[in-house]
Amino acid sequence: MPKSRNDKLQGTLTLLVLRTLESRGALHGYGLCEHISQVSGELLEMEEGSLYPALHRMEQDGWVSSKWEVTDKGRNAKVYAITAQGKRQLADEQQSWDRLTSGVKRVLRYS
Amino acid sequence: MPWYQRWRNVFRPEKLNAELDQEFQYHLAETTDRLVAEGLPREEAVTEARLRLGNYSIQKESTRDMNIAVWLDSTRADIAYGLRQLKLNPGFTTIAVLSLALGIGANAAIFQLVNAIRLKTLPVQNPQELVLIDFEDGSVRHGSGWGPHGIASYPQWDQIRAHQQAFSDVMAWHQELFNLAMGGEPHYARGMYVSGSFFRGLGVSAILGRTLTERDDNDACSAGAVISYAFWQRQFLGDAGAIGRKLTLNGYPFPVIGVTPPSFFGMEVGNQYDVAIPICADRLLAKDGKGRMPLNTGFWLAIIGRLKPEWTVARATAHLRAISPEIMRATLPTRYRTEEAKGYLANKLKATEAGSGVSGLRTEYERPLWLLLATTGLVLLISCANLANLLLARAAVREPEIAMRLAIGALRWRLVRQLLAESVLLAAAGAVLGAGLALIISRSLVLLMSTPNNQVFVDLAPDWRMLAFTAGVATLTCLLFGLLPAVRAAYLSPASAMRAPASAMRAPASAMRAGTRVTSGRERFSFRRGLVATQIAISLVLLFGAFLFVRTLNNLVTEDPGFKAEGIFAVEIDFGKSAVDYAARDASAIETQRSYDKRRGVYHEISDRLSAIPGVASVAQVDITPVSGNGWDNLVGVDGAAAVNGKDCNFDALSPGYFKTMGTTVLAGREFNDRDTLSAPKVAIVNETFARTFFGGANPVGHTFRVSAEAGKAEPVYQIVGLVRNSKYHDLREDFQPIAFLPKTQDETPGPGATFVVRVAVPPGPVMNAAKNAIREMDPAIQIEFHALSLQLQNSLLREKLMATLSGGFGFLAAVLALLGLYGVISYTVAQRRNEIGVRVALGATRANVVGLVMREAAVLLGVGLAAGIGLSLWAGTAAATLLFGLKPHDLASLTAAAALLASIALLASYIPARRAAGADPMPALRSD
Repeated sequence: MPKSRNDKLQGTLTLLVLRTLESRGALHGYGLCEHISQVSGELLEMEEGSLYPALHRMEQDGWVSSKWEVTDKGRNAKVYAITAQGKRQLADEQQSWDRLTSGVKRVLRYS
Repeated sequence: MPWYQRWRNVFRPEKLNAELDQEFQYHLAETTDRLVAEGLPREEAVTEARLRLGNYSIQKESTRDMNIAVWLDSTRADIAYGLRQLKLNPGFTTIAVLSLALGIGANAAIFQLVNAIRLKTLPVQNPQELVLIDFEDGSVRHGSGWGPHGIASYPQWDQIRAHQQAFSDVMAWHQELFNLAMGGEPHYARGMYVSGSFFRGLGVSAILGRTLTERDDNDACSAGAVISYAFWQRQFLGDAGAIGRKLTLNGYPFPVIGVTPPSFFGMEVGNQYDVAIPICADRLLAKDGKGRMPLNTGFWLAIIGRLKPEWTVARATAHLRAISPEIMRATLPTRYRTEEAKGYLANKLKATEAGSGVSGLRTEYERPLWLLLATTGLVLLISCANLANLLLARAAVREPEIAMRLAIGALRWRLVRQLLAESVLLAAAGAVLGAGLALIISRSLVLLMSTPNNQVFVDLAPDWRMLAFTAGVATLTCLLFGLLPAVRAAYLSPASAMRAPASAMRAPASAMRAGTRVTSGRERFSFRRGLVATQIAISLVLLFGAFLFVRTLNNLVTEDPGFKAEGIFAVEIDFGKSAVDYAARDASAIETQRSYDKRRGVYHEISDRLSAIPGVASVAQVDITPVSGNGWDNLVGVDGAAAVNGKDCNFDALSPGYFKTMGTTVLAGREFNDRDTLSAPKVAIVNETFARTFFGGANPVGHTFRVSAEAGKAEPVYQIVGLVRNSKYHDLREDFQPIAFLPKTQDETPGPGATFVVRVAVPPGPVMNAAKNAIREMDPAIQIEFHALSLQLQNSLLREKLMATLSGGFGFLAAVLALLGLYGVISYTVAQRRNEIGVRVALGATRANVVGLVMREAAVLLGVGLAAGIGLSLWAGTAAATLLFGLKPHDLASLTAAAALLASIALLASYIPARRAAGADPMPALRSD
């Protein structure tokens, strides 16, 4: 199965990150990368670094909050968590995504 | 992240970078660990981790962009870059900032003065509602006038007050100096007589005590004084207990009843009032106990009104015109004859805007100030042209770099922004420094405009208008000299710039030094030449102006006033309250024949005492000294013709020996002598202009003339016994006027004050002291004041001196700047044509040939500039026409002189680089190509 290209993924990145944070709780950037690639069964792969601009953007918009923590290994990691505003945004984006996919499906099914 | 955090992050790049690095490093570390756990060797794991991350720098930058205000960051970078560029060229930066500061500062200073004198409104309530009531031109008001703004008599004021409908309040006032001293040398306070409605009508309330009201200005006149804040500080040291303390004005005590706020300086811009007393107090201070109030022929009051709501100035004028006839009828002076009466009854009143107060200062200095503003504007323009030239030259040098940046994707407007940053910094620095300079310059100008007798008070506190002006000028200059080079640099086509000879790329340093870019250099260079030609033209205009004003001043200073002013000083005596005078008055202090006789005796004694002082060459008494601001005129008819149909003539009264003292030649007949007594026939001496006006230039000695008299009295007849040289009467600028001199010894009603002119052959200091002592011996209550006559003349030329000094200074500055521009451009030409010159020399051209080649270029620029400048000068000269003396505005001598001066120094300035070029070794020039 061809791996999904970066450009389409960038658009849905917000949705994926917010959903991940909602279900998994607070995570650092590396953890988010791992989760997305694992759970999608490696169907979704992206340039890992491009996650960070998106994360910082989301923090600026107020959908996630961040803080620095020390991991068990003793390293400093910046950990992100979803906010109430983020949860609302997630609901909105999920709705739009559902609408989009249903619409595309219907058009594709038409023969 | 809230916006202020994004702003803060612009200024803490290290912290932000550190955080981002840490975040990315953590990611890489975890990935590496996992890969190592999966079995990859460490180094490969590290590389793989980085690969998976993607482009570290780009990702980090994108992330960073999310955390900062991007526009602010790029602005900060531009400014930092601009600062660095300026620091790298300290010479250029200093010169640029200084010339900008001077240009902007001078403009702001002059504007500050214009603002204070012309534009600012009075610090009263709703100044735009205030209106000055005045007579229309051509009004007939024969009699006595007082003060620079007095126009109405008290009866007229009464009538206006009673009949006017246009104003919610009318206020009258009169400016006068009050003597605070009780004898000896006078100590003057600047005072005002004001009507009861004055302070209320203006909306000025007291900060201490109260102001005058209608109840203070009535027949009972229990007069109190309102003082200004400045006077309160000076005289009473700001003591709150000043209320109730007594102030002696002209010997009469007034209790202080209130203090006005510091911002209220009175009605006249340029003057700060000290004391205000009600108009009725004029009666108390008058020597005859009645004063000017009952006089129909004493025009001393100025009147201002506050328009009722909905009323306009035009409507008020119409209303005033309508009520004028009945006012004139009610106040017609009885002594007027038929002709005068008819004219008087036809007088019409009008209203003019008065929101910015009245001002003698304004009338005198308004035109010069606007001219000076134009001058400083032009100087600034030249400055900007110089800076533009310099920046264009530097931009040309940076062409390959800019071309490269454009080629790899920079946005043009982004480049313009960066190049403009330097200019913005220069303009900002110049503006800040300039604003500071402006305060210094404007204060110095005010000091220049003041004389000890007549100090100028102008509110120079910077207000929003001045700051806006400074900012506006700074922005304009920045655009003028910065935008063009930046735009031209950034909008060239990269290909043409990069098409520069390959050597430029191989040896960029030498290529940049020689500036051997022919194609794009050419069109830009003619713009620069155009700039220099414009600079030369403008400098010529300014130099021409300087010559005009300096020559005007010279003409005035060397103008023969008709007497020798050096070595004369005037002694003014006032024995108003002295025992010497009082003793002669009757019980009700009214003047009598005895008191007049007594006065004559006193004058004689003073004259004798003064003559006795060692060092005194001669002494004489006179009523009006030349160029003093006072005057006395009347109608004259000659040889039996009635005076009422005659012409106007100036008068003066003097004692024997006056003309000898003043150094005025007696051309025919004699001086007055002791035989011209009260019982002798009336005699007079006239000047040349009188002879020309009334006798067509024939010798007037032996003829008679009559002088206009009051209704019911016969016209006095005088016999002319002498003819003297012309001398100036009111001021140095006027043409010689007809003057008739009467003998003081035949004065039937000598006043309680007298002026003596004393000619000294030695330094006047000790003589003045001796004079003071001599007079004080007679009575210590006699007031004495000294004036040096030459100083009086000089002070009347203050405005001309100011114009000459400033225009001279600015003309010089402009010329220097233009020459710097010319020098720069010629040097650049020489550098550009180095190869050509090298070839010519190699082929056998002599030094002289090379110099001639370069000078031709300079001569062309000079020629074009001068031609344009001459045209501009002739056109601009008309603006200064009224300020000139003895010169026409198209004075060819001054124009030629200015052009010659400019041309000679310009040729000198271009000779230097020409010689340098001629002396240079041609080989390096040839080799570099």
